[in-house]
Amino acid sequence: MRHPLPTTLNSGLVGCGVCHLIVPAPASGLRACCPRCGATLRIRKPNSLHRTWALVIAALIFYIPANVLPITIVTSLGIKQADTIMSGVFYFLHDGSWYIAAVIFIASVFVPLMKLIILIYLLISVQNGSTTRLRDRTRLYRITEAVGRWSMVDIFVVTILVALVNLGALATLQAGPAAPFFALVVVITMFAAMSFDPRLIWDAKEQAND
Amino acid sequence: MSEHVVACHECDLLQRLPAVPPGGQARCGRCGYVLARHKADSIERTIALLVAGVFLFVILNAFPFLAFKREGFIQQSHLATGIVQLFRQGMSGVAVLVALTTIIAPGLQMAMFLYVLLPLRFDRQAPGMFRVFRYLNVIAPWGMVEVFMLGVLVSIVKLAKMATIVPGPAVWALVGLMFVLAAASAALDPHEVWDRWEASP
Repeated sequence: MRHPLPTTLNSGLVGCGVCHLIVPAPASGLRACCPRCGATLRIRKPNSLHRTWALVIAALIFYIPANVLPITIVTSLGIKQADTIMSGVFYFLHDGSWYIAAVIFIASVFVPLMKLIILIYLLISVQNGSTTRLRDRTRLYRITEAVGRWSMVDIFVVTILVALVNLGALATLQAGPAAPFFALVVVITMFAAMSFDPRLIWDAKEQAND
Repeated sequence: MSEHVVACHECDLLQRLPAVPPGGQARCGRCGYVLARHKADSIERTIALLVAGVFLFVILNAFPFLAFKREGFIQQSHLATGIVQLFRQGMSGVAVLVALTTIIAPGLQMAMFLYVLLPLRFDRQAPGMFRVFRYLNVIAPWGMVEVFMLGVLVSIVKLAKMATIVPGPAVWALVGLMFVLAAASAALDPHEVWDRWEASP
């Protein structure tokens, strides 16, 4: 057996999540606060796996209406035109603005889906007690946490279009029914990434060493 | 910066964090997470950037944002116009989210940071600074000024075919605010905040 590297968990310590002070871990079942900043001390994020699973599944469900329903509805001279996120991407592709098409596709379609797939992979690997590619998996988590916010781009675009394209009888633009679903997907996937505790990836290694 | 024992935020490894030399950074020995970077005059620089940010934030909210010009017709908008419009269309949830990420979170974040850092600069503690610091951690991911900037660029390209889009002073303030906020968060060394707090009476 190899001597395990010291972590807060195997040293009977806990690191404050806010001010990063290292203090002795409270007895199990007791609620303790950081002596320096007063934040609740948690050895690991509470119910991390259950919460993350619940949020990931909810986001997957909302991802469907977010992509199938129209995100904008333009009424021009009495004619209504509904656009989904993908029809917007195709519009820009045909238009020759492939870079805008790429930005919208990556931010709105690719990033949320990749994020969910990565989180599911991390959840399953932690639950199976996998001890391989710990560093790569931590890096995957870091990327997932960092890129999620960029999915908000499409919501911001809709907000700006709604403010500007309001020409009375000539043309008006309305946010479509996909907008709230899309906003939910972004918010829920952000919460899902926050509720996952990357230290669980490394805990499997400790247990394997014991 | 003095020496600390820290636990890696990502893999929980306990390690001694040495004084980081200028231009250097300290990474976790196991997972590679950046534990600390050298930051000179951390608190002073952060305060300076935040004060600039507050000015830009006021301009962003008070001045015209984008104008839409077509056949003699001008539609002008402010930052809040789209949010109000979304409310009118019954999309109150989306409107609240946009308001939160573009106005409320960035504004609160700057105000709260200044509330904690300004007194600390003069070796004083703001009342309740710990609670404020805790809330700051909660708010931080929801300020999305840089994402909003990308949204503005996409919108301008999208509308360029339909009409002439005239950027107002608020757009330039947004560009500035994006850089200032990124620089402020890069300049701040949280360890320095706790060191100063422990040194203050």
